[in-house]
Amino acid sequence: MKHFRHIGLALAATFVVSQAGAQELTGTLKNIKDTGAITLGFRDSSIPFSYLDDNQKPVGFAMDICYKIVDAVKKELKLDKLEVKLNPVTSATRIPLMANGTIDLECGSTTNNAERQKQVSFTNTHFLTASRYVFKKSSGLKSIDDLKGKTVVSTAGTTNIKQLTEANVAKGLGANIIPAKDHAEAFLMVETDRAVAFVMDDILLASLVAGSKNPDDYAVSKDAFSKPEPYGIMLRKDDPAFKKVVDAATAALYTSGEAQKIYEKWFTQKIPPKGLNLNTPISAELKNEFAKPTDSPNPDDYK
Amino acid sequence: MNYNWNWGIFFQPNPMGTGTYLDMLLSGLALTLKTAALAWVIALITGSLVGVMRTLPSKGANWFGFAYVEFFRNMPLLVQLFLWFFVLPELLPKGAGTWLKQLPNAPFWTAAIGVGFFMSARVAVQLQAGIGSLPRGQKMAATALGLTTAQGYRYVLLPMAFRIILPPLTSEFLNTIKNTAVAITIGLLELTGQARSMQEFSFQVFEAFTAATILYLLVNAVVVTAMRFLERWVAIPGYITGK
Repeated sequence: MKHFRHIGLALAATFVVSQAGAQELTGTLKNIKDTGAITLGFRDSSIPFSYLDDNQKPVGFAMDICYKIVDAVKKELKLDKLEVKLNPVTSATRIPLMANGTIDLECGSTTNNAERQKQVSFTNTHFLTASRYVFKKSSGLKSIDDLKGKTVVSTAGTTNIKQLTEANVAKGLGANIIPAKDHAEAFLMVETDRAVAFVMDDILLASLVAGSKNPDDYAVSKDAFSKPEPYGIMLRKDDPAFKKVVDAATAALYTSGEAQKIYEKWFTQKIPPKGLNLNTPISAELKNEFAKPTDSPNPDDYK
Repeated sequence: MNYNWNWGIFFQPNPMGTGTYLDMLLSGLALTLKTAALAWVIALITGSLVGVMRTLPSKGANWFGFAYVEFFRNMPLLVQLFLWFFVLPELLPKGAGTWLKQLPNAPFWTAAIGVGFFMSARVAVQLQAGIGSLPRGQKMAATALGLTTAQGYRYVLLPMAFRIILPPLTSEFLNTIKNTAVAITIGLLELTGQARSMQEFSFQVFEAFTAATILYLLVNAVVVTAMRFLERWVAIPGYITGK
């Protein structure tokens, strides 16, 4: 009989523990509470979203937003101190590092699309960008149709090169499309006249032009290859508790008007380290999104 | 690990509209093989010429061979491809530079020739070592038979030296295949390039690179097996490389 009583007690104890467990923290939040640290993934040259300044410290628009999220997480977990660890990521490492728990948030310029949402989650959109092309003013290009029969470059593996390929077929341009390894090399192809145009997210083109030797030689096309697509801060999938805290934090930031001030700091004023000015005022679409934050990957939802 | 494995991804259509993701990788593999094959032909021919030059009695030929090998062997391949692709056309007269830049398939030709020259320096050193490993008497015997220097190389030294260096040449060939991966730096979408594209589009990193790894391993297995057959086929009983 004694044995049975012990087993009964043990069962009861298990029940109580699991009941309590249901209210306890899980996933990323639990991990942050246990370690007292949160890790942000940053990019080293994604100007002005996330890049290194002259002190090798990651700064940028997405970094500022991430620090606001960190404040919210700290408040949510009622922590006195929350250590922020910084971990560099590239486009090739951001997924493995997110999956294995090295980083908790990726603060950069990652496009939020339906395909990627099968693997990760994104919080509310912090930027919208459309595919356009950069060209030398001396080449006299005006519209997408002017690319007929010309050599055009884009970065391999981007949605931009896909849109360019589609437009090439749909409009019968007969353009010679070449892929480049990264944005810097694609821009170099235009700089050295290997290609007449480089198709990419317009904001990245603006930053490449601002950082080039002769910014006045280049212009970005008015014509776009796509609707504005959303950039989002990436987090692990299937962690609803953490996503709720992060979404609430970004929504509060965007709707309060504070986000627009942060936007102006990075996109319309001189930014470190070289005092470049991207001269990109906030778009109507992004203004709308800030008023009604959403994490939708569908470009049609941003009008 | 919080990773969403999806091995079915290979059979889903790729966003470029060129079939499935697997098709994308296979087209990359085809380009890898084409680039490697052309590069290996270039490497074997120029490497053999330079290797022979390094063993000739002529001081000039020796010096040229030495300079060639040191030039191509001591610079990282990545840097070399960058130089050939981006810097060389800028140093040429404007007309020639523009012509070169506007060649169709410029990344392919640059990659094949660039990797070919890089590997040729290694082939040259192998061949030089192979010839050097032959007993000095061989050369003298050739001369005593009344063969000219060229004939001596053609009929005596090279057939022996090539047999000796066949196993290391196999690994140079494998290196040539692997080195084509560097060509993504100049925009050639070979196997590694396509794996990267697949990763960027679908975010299925591990599947993409696992597939690429397996494809590289398969190709290398084929090459190794073929070279073993070649070694057995050219073996001469009684020689150091024979059975």
